[in-house]
Amino acid sequence: MITTDILIIGAGPTGLFTVFEAGLLQLKCHLVDALPQPGGQLAELYPKKPIYDIPGYPEVLAGELVDNLMKQIEPFQPGFTLGERAETLERTEDDYFIVTTNKGTKHKSKVVAIAGGLGSFEPRKPEISGIEKFEDRGVSYMVKDPEQYRGKKVLIAGGGDSALDWSIFLSDIASEVHLVHRRNEFRGALDSVEKVQELKNKGKILLNTPAEVVEIKGGDSLESLVIHNHQTDLTKEVAVDAFIPLFGLSPKLGPLSDWGLEIEKNAIKVDHTLDYQTNIPGVYAIGDVNTYPGKLKLILCGFHEATLMCQSAYARIHPNKRYVMKYTTVGGVTGFDGSKKEAPKAVVKTID
Amino acid sequence: MNEVAITIIDRQGVKHELQAPTDMNMNLMEVVRSYEIEPEGTVGICGGMAMCASCQCYVESSHELSTMSDEEEAMLSEAFHVKDNSRLGCQIPITEELEGLVIEMAPES
Repeated sequence: MITTDILIIGAGPTGLFTVFEAGLLQLKCHLVDALPQPGGQLAELYPKKPIYDIPGYPEVLAGELVDNLMKQIEPFQPGFTLGERAETLERTEDDYFIVTTNKGTKHKSKVVAIAGGLGSFEPRKPEISGIEKFEDRGVSYMVKDPEQYRGKKVLIAGGGDSALDWSIFLSDIASEVHLVHRRNEFRGALDSVEKVQELKNKGKILLNTPAEVVEIKGGDSLESLVIHNHQTDLTKEVAVDAFIPLFGLSPKLGPLSDWGLEIEKNAIKVDHTLDYQTNIPGVYAIGDVNTYPGKLKLILCGFHEATLMCQSAYARIHPNKRYVMKYTTVGGVTGFDGSKKEAPKAVVKTID
Repeated sequence: MNEVAITIIDRQGVKHELQAPTDMNMNLMEVVRSYEIEPEGTVGICGGMAMCASCQCYVESSHELSTMSDEEEAMLSEAFHVKDNSRLGCQIPITEELEGLVIEMAPES
């Protein structure tokens, strides 16, 4: 069981900045995110794109902003549970929350801050009838352990970087690698495209384009796939052990929608007049995941919401303590790691 | 008049005839959102970076639209329910040439 003061669901910019504001109040944070790295959308979708509306930064790359936030919160030693999706929320009798992930990791805290952005990133599943039946019985939407494909016949569908990269990687491991894409053109790093071309010429990758998997066959587990080629209009059946559709990720609110929270417009309703608390006392929602009249899904608004939320969380965690906000310029930043940053003292000295 | 009349058929098949401004630097995805034609959070998820295809639409009229960028083409090659007349709404700026445009929203995926 991981215990902390504020459990933050979502390690995007809003979730990361929460660690800083909480840290100033001497509150510890732990973050849970379904993605394997912190940064949320910024890291996953557009790390190389510039952002122009972060106060004080005329221009900053999304990936750079994440790096800076990680550096800014480092003194407050946040914990991370990455690559796991927050699945359930329970309330204990002594008024704590327990959040459990899809992998069974449990987190206990007095306050839960949902900074889930657009939701957790889930693989986009092609609409092939009956595909669900074969999930984990030959069909998987991501490659977790490449070794499981050793000596197997694998078919990868998709035309982006991950489809190219895994085709290349698995061509050394699997006995047969098929790559099916709806177009003749692939979009990816140039060297990946060239490498696939080379492996195709050597017969190590069996390419079928422009084509699509239209049917999936099998008994208890996957046995074969029917592929339709759009150019020749021919259909053929390929015997395979594994089918890996790689069509990118799309965000879904997912299990959060079963937590008893008030949801409106695919977002969580909060008290915008005070502290961004949800209808469950002690559970807050900040950043893109919340909604209130006049809501704007901007990173800078998420930062503001995180700041106010932390004040409320402090009062909840320490109901009997008095607190007055202190400027970092005055009070400096004292990390849990013993580090201390502060403004240099002015010199008081007589000039003769 | 800095507006064009366009018709948007939503995912339920309902026809919306509306005016879209040509002088506000808007694109088709933003018009769909500003008129709340689809539930909030189901269109323009990536914000207009041609990275999610949630604003995919089918162009039903014979308008000559701006040519597709590499990003748009790449996204559409990965998206579902794609037809020959598929476009990403976020990549179509509202201009005078769009007068009378008819589009249909592609299903959510």
